[in-house]
Amino acid sequence: MSAPPAGQPGPGGQPGPGGAATVPLRTSGNPPGSVDASGSAGSSGSAGGPARPGWHPAVLFTPARLRQLGVLLLVGVLAAIVTGPTGNSDKPLQAAKDSIADVRIVLYLGLAVALWVVLVLGAELRGALERVSAPVRAPIGAAYGRRGGPIVLNLVLLAIAIVAPLVVSTAAQQSMVNDIGIYALLALGLNVVVGYAGLLDLGYIAFFAIGAYTTAYFTSQTAMPWHAPFVLNPFFVFPIALVLAALAGVILGAPTLRLRGDYLAIVTLGFGEIIHLVANNADNITNGARGAFGVPHLSIDLLGIDYKWGIDPLPYYYLLVVIVVGVMIAFGRLERSRIGRSWAAIREDEIAAEATGVATLRMKLLAFAIGASVSGFAGVLFASKQFFNPQSFSLQASFFVVAVVIFGGMGSRLGVVVGAVVLQGLAFYLRDKVPPADRYIYFGAVIVIMMIFRPQGLVPSRRRRREIQLAEEGIGAADSLGVAPTGGQQ
Amino acid sequence: MGFLDQFWQLTIDGLMVGSLYAVIALGYTLVYGVLQLINFAHSEVFMLGSFGGLFAARGLLPDDGSVPGGLASVGLVAVGLGVGAICGGLAAFTLERVAYRPLRRRSAPRLAYLISAIGASLFAVNLAGKEFGRQNVDLPDLFHNGTVFSFFGADVSTQSLVIFAVAVAMLIGLDRLVAGTRLGQGIRAVAQDADTAVLMGVNVERIIIVTFVIGGLLAGAGGFLYAMTFNASYSMGFVPGVKAFTAAVLGGIGNVRGAMLGGLLLGLVESYGGYLFQASYKDVIAFLVLVAILMIRPSGLLGERLGRAA
Repeated sequence: MSAPPAGQPGPGGQPGPGGAATVPLRTSGNPPGSVDASGSAGSSGSAGGPARPGWHPAVLFTPARLRQLGVLLLVGVLAAIVTGPTGNSDKPLQAAKDSIADVRIVLYLGLAVALWVVLVLGAELRGALERVSAPVRAPIGAAYGRRGGPIVLNLVLLAIAIVAPLVVSTAAQQSMVNDIGIYALLALGLNVVVGYAGLLDLGYIAFFAIGAYTTAYFTSQTAMPWHAPFVLNPFFVFPIALVLAALAGVILGAPTLRLRGDYLAIVTLGFGEIIHLVANNADNITNGARGAFGVPHLSIDLLGIDYKWGIDPLPYYYLLVVIVVGVMIAFGRLERSRIGRSWAAIREDEIAAEATGVATLRMKLLAFAIGASVSGFAGVLFASKQFFNPQSFSLQASFFVVAVVIFGGMGSRLGVVVGAVVLQGLAFYLRDKVPPADRYIYFGAVIVIMMIFRPQGLVPSRRRRREIQLAEEGIGAADSLGVAPTGGQQ
Repeated sequence: MGFLDQFWQLTIDGLMVGSLYAVIALGYTLVYGVLQLINFAHSEVFMLGSFGGLFAARGLLPDDGSVPGGLASVGLVAVGLGVGAICGGLAAFTLERVAYRPLRRRSAPRLAYLISAIGASLFAVNLAGKEFGRQNVDLPDLFHNGTVFSFFGADVSTQSLVIFAVAVAMLIGLDRLVAGTRLGQGIRAVAQDADTAVLMGVNVERIIIVTFVIGGLLAGAGGFLYAMTFNASYSMGFVPGVKAFTAAVLGGIGNVRGAMLGGLLLGLVESYGGYLFQASYKDVIAFLVLVAILMIRPSGLLGERLGRAA
């Protein structure tokens, strides 16, 4: 983590081009607009500027600059420790010492200095970068600017999604289903809660677990000690899991959302842990830590169509693509509907929304329930795809879904799917290089860095980005975490 | 053995654990009072302080695994507390610098703070797991004579007596600090109305940092006490963290004395409940208490607001 606390080396936070460069930009009077990552400032004429009067070696050694360098060097040391050897409790500081004494430290410190130089010369570089990237970004940006959707771009992405699994290994295909596909679906659901309603759900995976265990209950006599007296086809479990998860969401959300949005975060956190605890301990209901084994695969036998999904990941992958695309379209329509506009109103100003007749509590509950039901739905898919045990529903998995949504861009449907692809792709790529448990160090760092430098995410939703910007200028809000205006209970 | 036979033992255990919850809860309550934010990474401050104190104390123990006992043990506890508090304070300071301050500088929306704190927490937990291993680390019982005295048939060990005494001393110390010093006045002023406090010449930035550090010092020292009784592990922070938060809400979040009361009460409820139901579901009780308070009396037993109550 350890992003520079003060020097504001963020994108666009650099001193303007030209003469302004001698003034260290550390005053708090920095106009918030300059944090805008799309950075019109970069292209605004550094190239056209005159003889760059600020260019004197002394510029490099202002206190602010040196401080920036110091912070970057610290980050370098931290990066060396994070990627260094694993320690143990007998010699608690040994691993850190070894990391610092290693030759690699030179590489990290070198990188830190290089990054500093880039930041110092940032204005110039940004201009150049802007010129290079503009022709690429413009059409994409323009396509997304149009209402009604960037059809061509979406079709290209869909085509890539369809072809991609055919060119990778089976292990990668498995990962594309279990990790990317399922998490894309989960992220789309959580996006309704975090992105649309501006709430935070930290126990999101609990609903996923509800979906998975419901599937085991209804579809198999052997998967868990506790099972239904009859056996259902997994497809019939989808609606049941959807309703159960939504119901759990409402039960959890109703007392909490009445009060303050941020209480929801901690209550869901506790709930997630309890579901995990119960799943792990209730041996005679859920089969405890051994997990549920033998949930049947999905199958259709209807109107002459007889098809069974099996161990081959591809059919599941295409099913997931269909579901994810369907959910994206549905949520796109939801976002632009009366309900979606209510959510936007709640995010931006909850009191005003309440005053103009938006049923804020009900709308927040609705978002929470919709998010939960998507998670339950994904749980059914997950359970019928593969063996699962309580490990699959740990707290970290919940945090990971949050990381995906934040990284991709809250409120942006394409963003969260891209977030799932990038983060899970990264995890897949790192699977042999980094111990699996260590991956969460990186995910944690990604979350903090994104919040500091790019809170709107990788592929931001335009509306969300604007909201964050305005909120930072003190106009409105960008979430609904404050005291609920429904009153009464206070 | 019936519940009544065990009553006093459960009460003593509950009070001991509860006093630790109270110490941790203060960190939530102070930060909440000043920033109106739940500091999600506080549990990691607790974890880091706990490791710091534990490793310091273990480093001073003789190699043969024996325990000095007597005054030397008191010294060990003091060292552990001190190092734990310093580690906790440093962790809280770093946390504020890295995960909160950059966001505050540009007055980010509240969601951003919560998410950033979660990221920091995830980072800290797993880095600690990597550096210190992922097993439990424990400390031998530092005092030779197990039981000091019996109280209605319940044994009070030296260790639990020390823990309770230190925790209560910290609680009283903090209460005096907030209620009676100039610094405390500043904290209360910021909690009441940060904008007005600025106009009155309070350095809000400084107060915020100091508040984080005080919370961190307490959590770090509390972490060492916790590790003395149970053990330390990289993931130890989460459960006591949620419980301490529950304690803070139970007493009225933002209210210093409320957090103390809430912590002790929660410790008792959990101790009785864990006996009456099943010990492995002990953690569920705290959560049910949290949901119940939110439904019945969301402002807590003593009411919210740091500024007013202290």
